[in-house]
Amino acid sequence: MSEPARVEMRGITKRFGPVVALQSVDFSVQPGEVVGLVGDNGAGKSTLMKILTGVYRPDGGEIWFEGRRVHFASPLDSRRLGIEMVYQDLGLAENLDTVANLFLGRELTRRVGLWRLLDEPAMERRALEHLEGLRVELPSLRLAVERLSGGQRQAVAIARATAFAAKLVIMDEPTASLAVAEAGKVLELIRRLRSQGVSVVLISHRLQDVLEVADRVAVLNRGRVAGVLPGHGTRLEDVVALIVGGLA
Amino acid sequence: MRVEAAERAAPGVGWDRLRAALARMDLLLVVLLMMAVLTALQPQFFLTRENLTNVARQIASNAVLALGQLLVVVTAGIDLSVGSVMGLCMTILALATKAGWPALASLAAAVALGAAVGAANGLALTRLHLPHPFIATLATLNVARGATYLLSGGVPISGLSPEVRWLGSADLLLFPGTPLETAIPVSFLVVIGLYLTGAVFLRRTPTGRHLYALGGNPRAAQYAGIHTARMLVLVYALCGTLAGVAGVLLAGRVNSAYPTAGIGAELDSIAAVIIGGASFFGGRGSAGGVFLGAVIMGLLRNGLNLMNVSVFWQQVFIGLIILLAVYVDVLRRRAAQVEP
Repeated sequence: MSEPARVEMRGITKRFGPVVALQSVDFSVQPGEVVGLVGDNGAGKSTLMKILTGVYRPDGGEIWFEGRRVHFASPLDSRRLGIEMVYQDLGLAENLDTVANLFLGRELTRRVGLWRLLDEPAMERRALEHLEGLRVELPSLRLAVERLSGGQRQAVAIARATAFAAKLVIMDEPTASLAVAEAGKVLELIRRLRSQGVSVVLISHRLQDVLEVADRVAVLNRGRVAGVLPGHGTRLEDVVALIVGGLA
Repeated sequence: MRVEAAERAAPGVGWDRLRAALARMDLLLVVLLMMAVLTALQPQFFLTRENLTNVARQIASNAVLALGQLLVVVTAGIDLSVGSVMGLCMTILALATKAGWPALASLAAAVALGAAVGAANGLALTRLHLPHPFIATLATLNVARGATYLLSGGVPISGLSPEVRWLGSADLLLFPGTPLETAIPVSFLVVIGLYLTGAVFLRRTPTGRHLYALGGNPRAAQYAGIHTARMLVLVYALCGTLAGVAGVLLAGRVNSAYPTAGIGAELDSIAAVIIGGASFFGGRGSAGGVFLGAVIMGLLRNGLNLMNVSVFWQQVFIGLIILLAVYVDVLRRRAAQVEP
């Protein structure tokens, strides 16, 4: 392969006391690739992703980002490289509007005398551009997020994760709480990110969603990789078999 | 992307913001209505310069306390200690003056003490991981009140510096000699200055926005890389600082530091914050609203005084107003949720 993998995790091991959460797991994502990450509860999906975002440090193994070995001491380190996470609870301040949420913690400001004030017009302009680029439809950018629908909130959370030159976005159950039509829009959004060269890791229990959008599906089973399947042409039953099966 | 045309034309203004501003008008209407009623009922007393400047002076310290309380309430917290801290700062101010400190130094000492006690509240909350700000600030309420009695020996200390008395009780004559001549209490100008600063801080700075985020969803603030613990210490320190300022204004008005000063004042400040439309769940509330909340309380007290209604009834009315204000808010929120 000419281009290095966007992210490559090699032989990742993680223990919590006597419990082995991950046992030499290999996991990679190519640029502009959507990888589904599936497995039963406790299979190690979120532990693996918390290692990738720097929340946990692995007990063994290496992480390579675009051909360079990296070490993450905190989530800030991974975010600096362009690795973003969309949490299942979305992590939005529901009392604030879309613009405020997109820029939360990274507000654009301008100096006015001694004060560093929010540059609302600039933020709104950039938010509008970004949302249009993702073709996200919202009734208004200035409506408190709590007034938006579940799918719209999910879109805001994804837009927030991708607003600042993200290279890899990890999404934790983005469609779990959505009606079918809204889930379809989120999958559409994932495809659009892929076409923009953004890599996506999709953690989901809704296997039909994963198979619909993922280029590859990695299956974890009790802390090990049970298999990696192509997204196209794989049957649901094959994935389920790996998820619930005993290890070969 | 479907966005309303008006918003495209004027980014940052937006209909929703206009609507939000209009929704806040109801408090202003209440203020105007109260003034109209009081003018009608007490035509020879209410609209006089003496009475109006009196009201403005009287609400000053509660308004300043309420501004600090608002900062804390926005983060979904509460500061029960502000009344005691105000009393303590007054006593320190008086003692420093008695000890011959220059006016500015004793003033700075009082305000700095407020800031320090406030920061201690914030640290107790974030470092000792006390489960709720109620507890840390309840402890401080008692400690500060006890310290006030100990330091003052339980007796009022009178005789403050002319500067402090000027701040608390003097009037500034605007446009003297013209028909527009108005007297405005210095303390009320301090209040207005602080509220304008507070409004800019809350609505126009990144830090202010982070406070709303923290109050709305602490986890979202954390995900966004906001140092939530540092924010909380800042907020309680600011609240304590404002309690110090409120103490200076009150001491200057009555020319005395009495050890019982500020007993129950925390509840008045909380009442102003609630009447002003802030949410106790955090993330909601504005400086403008709380200012009007403090004005409403002041007008109510003044009006009932003018009509010779006993202070006991005043308390009953304040209680009913709190109930009414929150109920109106509940109704409005319910109506908003029915909307698509």
